Amino acid sequence: MKSFSKSHSRIAGVQTGQKQSSSIPYTVGPLESGPVCCIPESVFSIKHLSVHYAEKTALEDVSLDIYKGCITALIGPSGCGKTSFLSVLNRLTDMISGCRVSGQVTFNNRDLFDSELNLQHLRRQIGMVFQKPVPFPLSIRRNLELPLRELGMRQSSKLEHCIEAVLSDVGLWQEVKDRLDSPAHSLSGGQQQRLCIARALALKPEVLLMDEPCSALDPLSSGIVEDLIQKLKGRYTIVIVTHNLAQARRIANYAGFFWVNQQAGNLVEFGRCQQIFESPRHQLTAAYVNGNRG
Amino acid sequence: MINKVATVFIWLLAIFVIAIFIFILSDIVIQGMGHISWEYLSQPPSDAGRAGGIAPIIVSTVWIVLSAVIFSAPFGLATAILLSEFTRQENSLSHWVEKCLDLLASIPSIVFGLFGNAFFSLFLGLGFSILSGGLTLACMVLPIFIRTTTEGLRAVPDDYRYSAAALGMTRYAALIHLIIPAAMPAIIAGLMLGIGRAMAETAALIFTSGYVDRMPDSVFDSGRALSIHIYDLSMNVAGGDSKAYAAALVLIVMLLVINSLAIRLTTHWQKNRIINHEIIF
Repeated sequence: MKSFSKSHSRIAGVQTGQKQSSSIPYTVGPLESGPVCCIPESVFSIKHLSVHYAEKTALEDVSLDIYKGCITALIGPSGCGKTSFLSVLNRLTDMISGCRVSGQVTFNNRDLFDSELNLQHLRRQIGMVFQKPVPFPLSIRRNLELPLRELGMRQSSKLEHCIEAVLSDVGLWQEVKDRLDSPAHSLSGGQQQRLCIARALALKPEVLLMDEPCSALDPLSSGIVEDLIQKLKGRYTIVIVTHNLAQARRIANYAGFFWVNQQAGNLVEFGRCQQIFESPRHQLTAAYVNGNRG
Repeated sequence: MINKVATVFIWLLAIFVIAIFIFILSDIVIQGMGHISWEYLSQPPSDAGRAGGIAPIIVSTVWIVLSAVIFSAPFGLATAILLSEFTRQENSLSHWVEKCLDLLASIPSIVFGLFGNAFFSLFLGLGFSILSGGLTLACMVLPIFIRTTTEGLRAVPDDYRYSAAALGMTRYAALIHLIIPAAMPAIIAGLMLGIGRAMAETAALIFTSGYVDRMPDSVFDSGRALSIHIYDLSMNVAGGDSKAYAAALVLIVMLLVINSLAIRLTTHWQKNRIINHEIIF
């Protein structure tokens, strides 16, 4: 790979949509270089997690492990605490007024609620993509530059390089390379979401949290984003909330099924994706994945 | 039928309001236009304002308004950021601060004038000066400015705050790079409302900046604001009405110019940063 000229490999990367030159920093790299998927090595270890809002319990006593390099899908009806669960993992819950979190969560064997933990540092390691694409009201370029500059990257050649690499990774480079300075809001919904994914990837995170990343998109854009997530499998640890069961089945290695029990979200069942969909142990799971409930 | 009646009624009300505005404006323009000349704008007043121009008065007005803006803008912006970003709406501190601001906004300006006289002129020893006038106006302008700025900052979608945090940006970075620029039109609007109120103010200035119509040497000199000049000409100076009209016309034109300049600058600045207006307004 290293003998490839930069431009050559970039073209190759565009054509296959997968191969990227190892000479470009910040790319996701060839699939072989990622961790072998689904060696159950936990990145997050969650024990007895509960999330309370002012008067409402969003999540009660959830315990599960998130495994390195795998896609973990969280399924279940709306309002059962899946988004709250995600927000705990990058401690975005800190920003929500009246939100209380209890239980133990470790991230790479470190207590996630450690008061000495540097939150900025943590959130750079754990990227997040929201349900609605949230491009900042700036140009496409500035959208990607802003978090990188905050990270301390000021050299414009480095920035350019990184921007090109991440935009290529999400398959957006060819579409926007001539209008990097136009507003990010002028992109289509699917493009905006891919820009947001690129923005998260630019910080070279270890984990990517995705909160229904396809639900606000049309089927075609949704398909593109789904393919992208497939591509990221093995290179990042991904936790994805989705209402699209077929999608969860297609992309996930592990699945967790949440349900509302006595007005609080519970984890009903967690296991390998195939097992959850084909031989669920719990009645509720069976009813939900077969479309009889929920 | 009832729809038609309502439509006609609403139109009549609207026309009535517009008519009042046009009447006042045209009255001022017709009566004041004849007196406007280069000499009027560049000469000092003589014969108690019946003759001469208003040059020192324009200068004093600009100084007073400028010092009011310089003192109120940073305090106002900081308070608005505290209220919208660092305290929650149901929080008792922000609740009380907002209650106090509402109360301050409704206090008659003459009370502000007395306060300014007692505090800035006498207690702080600034005397009758442009500075004590500007500081008094700053106190008056603050509640309006803080209100509009707070609302503007709160109108910026929380999605930006969460997204920025999720990207490992600090709160301050998000504020400086995203939230304040996005709220800029509201901040400028608040500032404009404040300037408008400051320029139109009479009662608060009589006791603080005084009504000496000489050209001020510094902000520690007493200076007469345009609104006071108008008041003085129409109330205390016999035969000064026509010059009062001219001064009023100058005041209105100054306000219009400042307003349109501010709007133009904001849109230009935002265009360079590519802020999407539809998101905020």
